[in-house]
Formats: sequence, structure tokens, C-alpha cells
Amino acid sequence: MTGVPLSWYLILSALLFALGVAGFLFRRNIITVFMSIELMLNAVNLSFVAFSYQLKQVNGHIFTFFVMVVAAAEAAVGLAIILTVFKNRETLNVDEVNSLKN
Amino acid sequence: MLDTIFFYLFALLVVGGGILTITRSSAVHSAICLIGSLVGVAGLYLLLHAEFLFAVQIVLYIGGIMVLFLFVIMLVNLDEAARERQFNGQWWLALACVVVVGLQIAWFMRKGAGAFKLAPAAAAAASAAKGNTEAIADALFSEYLLPFEIASVLLLVAVVGSVVMAKKRI
Repeated sequence: MTGVPLSWYLILSALLFALGVAGFLFRRNIITVFMSIELMLNAVNLSFVAFSYQLKQVNGHIFTFFVMVVAAAEAAVGLAIILTVFKNRETLNVDEVNSLKN
Repeated sequence: MLDTIFFYLFALLVVGGGILTITRSSAVHSAICLIGSLVGVAGLYLLLHAEFLFAVQIVLYIGGIMVLFLFVIMLVNLDEAARERQFNGQWWLALACVVVVGLQIAWFMRKGAGAFKLAPAAAAAASAAKGNTEAIADALFSEYLLPFEIASVLLLVAVVGSVVMAKKRI
């Protein structure tokens, strides 16, 4: 049995999630924004697995697995969108991609 | 004792990698630091006896998604993007949002602190007799069979969608 309590994992997960939110809101480069989303997904996965370990069930592992599958699909589609945006507009700055606003 | 040391080691890797990911100006550096953070999360999975997810994290996240990221960074030209201003003009609004989210999480954790002291379940022997991967396979192919099939359809849609989107002309 590990001596690390569950709350430490949850605090670490919350910290990682806050970092992801900060990166998502602060950065202007669309690729870094996308990486921040991966950080947030990992924070959620970590708390899923920590709870699953604490409750001695594998349900959390299954959900983490599905989150990873969805993250892979999201990365494939999102990076294709990024490539198309770059091809059409020659920029990756999220402030300049604003044709929906006007 | 050893567990605690490893937890601190991996936690340092995770948080340090995360901080560097959102602060480095070069996208390649960001991606490399994110890989470090993901390795730390994988180590934490190992500490939590989730061996299958440890392997999936390494193979799928680091070997798959992050290599895809690096390929896209290679395909787009980011030289001038690294030189200009990296952060939003409305950084104060973003900071307020982050602080609010952090306070919310801290408040809920404090509020639900009593719920974290969970009794050590007696089912530990059952999962120890069966390996982690076997237990996951049992649950995945019996209880969660329909979500598993839907996930495969989702992956197919993602593959077709990304090919359609990246094509010049359909």
C-alpha cells in the first residue's frame, strides 16, 4: 500500500488543471493552446485513476482509457484544422483568426 | 517512504513540465516540456498500480499524439511567431479566470475533505489476484462493450475527417 494520501493526488491534479487553464487563456499561439488542452485532460485522468485506486475499482481506468481515445481523435482533427488554418491565413495567432467575429 | 519520494519526483516533473509548457516561447520547446509532464503522469499511474494505463500513456500520448504535434510544428513555420508577443493583451481577465477556477477547486476540496477519507475496501485481494490489465479487459469487454464500439466508430470518423480536412481538393 502506498503511503501517499488521495488528497495529494487531487491537489496535484487541480494544480495541473489550473496550469492548463492558464495556458489556454494566456497564450496566443494556437498550437500551445492545443497543448494546454492536453494538460487539462491529463489532470482529469490523474484524478480518475487516483479515485479508482482508492475505491479499488477499474471503472476509473476504463474512463481514463476512453478519455485518451477521445484525446487522440481530437488531436488528429484539431491538428488537421490547424494545418488548414495555417495554409489559408499564414498565421497561427488566435487573435488574428477572427473572421467569425466580423 | 519510497512511494512518497517517487510521488514528489513525478509531481515535480509534472508541474515543472506544465509550467515550462505554457511559458516557453518556442513551440518545439513547449512540446518537449509537455512530453516531460506526460512522462510524470505516466509515472504517477505506475504508483497508482495502473500498469495498463501507464503503457497506454507512453504509447498513445507520447508516442502518438506528441509526435503528431511535433510533425505539425515542423510543417508550419513558427519562426516569426516565436519572436512576437506570446501572451494575450487581456491577460488580467485570464488571470482572474484562473484564480476563480483555482479558488473553486480549493473550496470544493475543503468542503468535501471528509469524503476523501475512504475506508480501505476489502476488494483489494480480488484485484490483486487478477492483473490490472485482465481486470480492465474484463470490464471493457463486458460492461463497457457498447462505449468501446462507439469509441472505434469515433476514431474512424476522426481519421476520415482529418484526411478530408487536410486534402487540398475533395
